[in-house]
Amino acid sequence: MSREFGNSGADERVRHISLFRRLMSRSELGAVSGAVLVFAFFSIVAGDQGFLSFPGILSWMEVSAQLGILAGAAALLMIGGEFDLSIGSMIAAAGMAIAIPIVEFGWPPWAAILLAFVLALAIGYANGTIVNRTGLPSFIVTLAGLFILRGATIGFTRLITGRTQVPGVKRFTEGDPVAQLFTGNMHGIPVSVCWWLALAAAATWLLLRTRFGNWVFGVGGDSDSARNMGVPVERVRILLFMGTAVAATIFAALQVLDFGSADVNRGQLKEFEAIIAAVIGGCLLTGGYGSAIGTVFGALIFGMAQQGIFFTGVNTDWFKVFLGGTLLVAVMFNNYVYRRATRSED
Amino acid sequence: MDVLVEARRLGRRFGKVIALREVSLTISSAEVVGLLGDNGAGKSTLIKILSGVLRPSEGMLLWEGREARFESPRDALDRGIATVHQHLAVQPLLSVARNFILGREPERGWGPFRRLDMRRARAITEAEMARMGIDLRDPAQPLGTMSGGERQCLAIARALYFGARLLILDEPTSALGVKQAALVLRFIRQAREEGVGVVLVTHNVHHAHAVADRYIILERGRLRGTFQRAEVGTGELLDLMAGASTLEAELAGRARSDST
Repeated sequence: MSREFGNSGADERVRHISLFRRLMSRSELGAVSGAVLVFAFFSIVAGDQGFLSFPGILSWMEVSAQLGILAGAAALLMIGGEFDLSIGSMIAAAGMAIAIPIVEFGWPPWAAILLAFVLALAIGYANGTIVNRTGLPSFIVTLAGLFILRGATIGFTRLITGRTQVPGVKRFTEGDPVAQLFTGNMHGIPVSVCWWLALAAAATWLLLRTRFGNWVFGVGGDSDSARNMGVPVERVRILLFMGTAVAATIFAALQVLDFGSADVNRGQLKEFEAIIAAVIGGCLLTGGYGSAIGTVFGALIFGMAQQGIFFTGVNTDWFKVFLGGTLLVAVMFNNYVYRRATRSED
Repeated sequence: MDVLVEARRLGRRFGKVIALREVSLTISSAEVVGLLGDNGAGKSTLIKILSGVLRPSEGMLLWEGREARFESPRDALDRGIATVHQHLAVQPLLSVARNFILGREPERGWGPFRRLDMRRARAITEAEMARMGIDLRDPAQPLGTMSGGERQCLAIARALYFGARLLILDEPTSALGVKQAALVLRFIRQAREEGVGVVLVTHNVHHAHAVADRYIILERGRLRGTFQRAEVGTGELLDLMAGASTLEAELAGRARSDST
């Protein structure tokens, strides 16, 4: 108890709090100022090569949006203290669940999309239940899920179609009311961006303004004490895993219905990209802390850098170096914030 | 003073090990009972049975005169038995108010617009802590800014606010310095004034002596006895707690065996 010494005066405490305040606000500010920095950099370097043109802006907004949809759900799960490494495989599985019934069995698109979401809810439920029942780290459980789901997707697809790609979805989806939700534009804004902003707003509301959000923080902070306080820990976990699977399915629907094809290799590494965006956005790997708004800016940094490097004409291989570096800086920063906050427990 | 909980010949085995044998006791409202004993005396087994974490192998529990079987901590909590653990593993980055309301969040609005009532949460937290004599500087501050003693007090205030009638405090002062421990002990007295029954598990006889009305002493899984506060001083308490093996005797014994 190092704090015991200076405890007699009130001054020491007041200074302590104000320091926290600044750090707390900075943790979200980290992602925001990072995004501003990245935007400024590419505006200067590649502003006249298309980065600031309308189609240019749309291109990095779309990349950010697709990742942001995944990252928002991954952030909620991470705040709840868990990881989902099966997101990428879920994208491929959901894509096939949409494309195969439409192309091979002649299902109406809305029914195939519904099937994909039901499948996602079931897989999310299974992930959450296995983590709850076994008490194993979700990192391992969903790592198994990553391979099982990817393998099953390839296996079933080859079994049914004889190939690993299902093209030609587009000619079946014209005019389908549900498929419209995942294609084209709304007043010139790509639907993926609309989905992203709507889901980010919903996630923020959920996290900060609802009882469920408080439970998520509690479960991620310490699940045993949350349980003792009356939080339905198991239910919260299952719902969060359902959330990541559903986000992966929204991503898959956007891709399949927009490109008009599905591929068993879609979504590879997306689970890590989603985690990276959440961490850059200020989520702690240990759970219990983070924000959905920060994650929006994490995804934005990702999208701007990926497309920005393309506009500069530099080989896009360098994007991964940038990404890894950003991740490292973000984790060190988050760790610093956390250590300051828990210093009185040292 | 009404009897809240009564244990009749409680026993608990873990395989071959008998952790608790024929322990009978009562705890009433508006009293502080110090539960004392050396390591392995059965203190934590006993409080785990009282708080619904473990089921007894023998004997029975009565809650307000009726036989009670607690299937889970939730069961015990619903009757009004709240346990505050030694390691308060609450989220240090979450605000004090959010920690206070966790699991019992006040809400307002309806349907899809039902939301946390954070203003009320802050007001409740501030009022409850003030009632117990702690002036919160800001309920929106992260919990990590509070001292260890203040955190214990927050957990106790929280349990009381959500209707605890029997408080089980597991080593609430063991990790605290003198000032912080005094803060928690004052809080315990305040809880008693409000009619709550308190079981204080501790190693520290001075802390027990400061607040307890009565002592229950366990030794090697058995009840060594219950003593009124007036009957024993801290010195006798120490002897009772350690049984035959006082610290001096243990040290002397070790010295003898070393020399042979």
